[in-house]
Amino acid sequence: MITQWLERLEATRIATAISESTWAFPTIETVHVLAITLVVGSITMVDLRLLGVSLRDRAIAELLEEVLPWTWTSFTVAVVSGSLLFASAATHYWGTAPFRAKMLLLGFAGANMLIFHFVVQRRGPGAMGAETGRAAKLSGGISLCLWIGIVGCGRWIGFV
Amino acid sequence: MKALIHWLGNTDLSNFIKTVTWIIPGVQVVHILAISVVVASMGMFDLRLLGWTGRRHSIASLASRFLPWLWGALLVLLLSGSILIIGEPERSLGNLVFQLKMALLLTAVSVTLGFRRLLLRDLATGSSDLRPEHDRVARLVGGVSLCLWVGIVTAGRWIAYAG
Repeated sequence: MITQWLERLEATRIATAISESTWAFPTIETVHVLAITLVVGSITMVDLRLLGVSLRDRAIAELLEEVLPWTWTSFTVAVVSGSLLFASAATHYWGTAPFRAKMLLLGFAGANMLIFHFVVQRRGPGAMGAETGRAAKLSGGISLCLWIGIVGCGRWIGFV
Repeated sequence: MKALIHWLGNTDLSNFIKTVTWIIPGVQVVHILAISVVVASMGMFDLRLLGWTGRRHSIASLASRFLPWLWGALLVLLLSGSILIIGEPERSLGNLVFQLKMALLLTAVSVTLGFRRLLLRDLATGSSDLRPEHDRVARLVGGVSLCLWVGIVTAGRWIAYAG
């Protein structure tokens, strides 16, 4: 079922145009890398703040309000460009270990974010002062590790 | 340059980097992570210089917040980049896109250092931030620096495809 669907995706006009062109793939990949640097860089700022490593003089709510629009915009660009890259050789990528690991880690990162947003952050301003609570520190640490893993898997995809 | 590439490619260190298969991909990942720190912090700093975002923060406060991260990340980039060059001197030093990337990098660092000097000079005169008469310089520096960093990342990725 999935294989059939992937083959159909790979045969779409846009996917074949990307795989047949010499410049399309590197260009989309460059956009993908630029978007990822913004996603990872902005998330790292938040994670390091949660861990209490940096920006301790800034309120977390204010930092989130300032940084997250950047994260989401660049994440959208990364998803769109990444989908195009995936479509160009869908059956190949789907079968590789680093692609699957990357998607799994992305899922974990999403779950970690939802837990932070709906559980940890809801505990009120007490847990979100200059010194963050243990739960917030854990969220930040897990997120940092997951994103390092996501970049690692992403780079690894290019080697298989 | 050819002699340098030849000599570097035959050193023990170069051969070691080449034979251990995980070194180059692993170091590339460190390199990309450090670039993320540079792009996110310089992106935000440059957009503030352009006056597009973050106007509630002074330029001086953002400079002291972001520039140390730039220098730290650049050190990591220099070290990881050197390992990649030693491992594959022909792919990098002999590549036109790589040479362009280095030229853009030197320009970006010079522009940032020059702007930092201007800011420190203004602060030394007792001003609490960059003096208003330097607003246009700040906008120019922000725009140029932003373009340079996008160019550096783009050139970096294209080393694998062109040159």
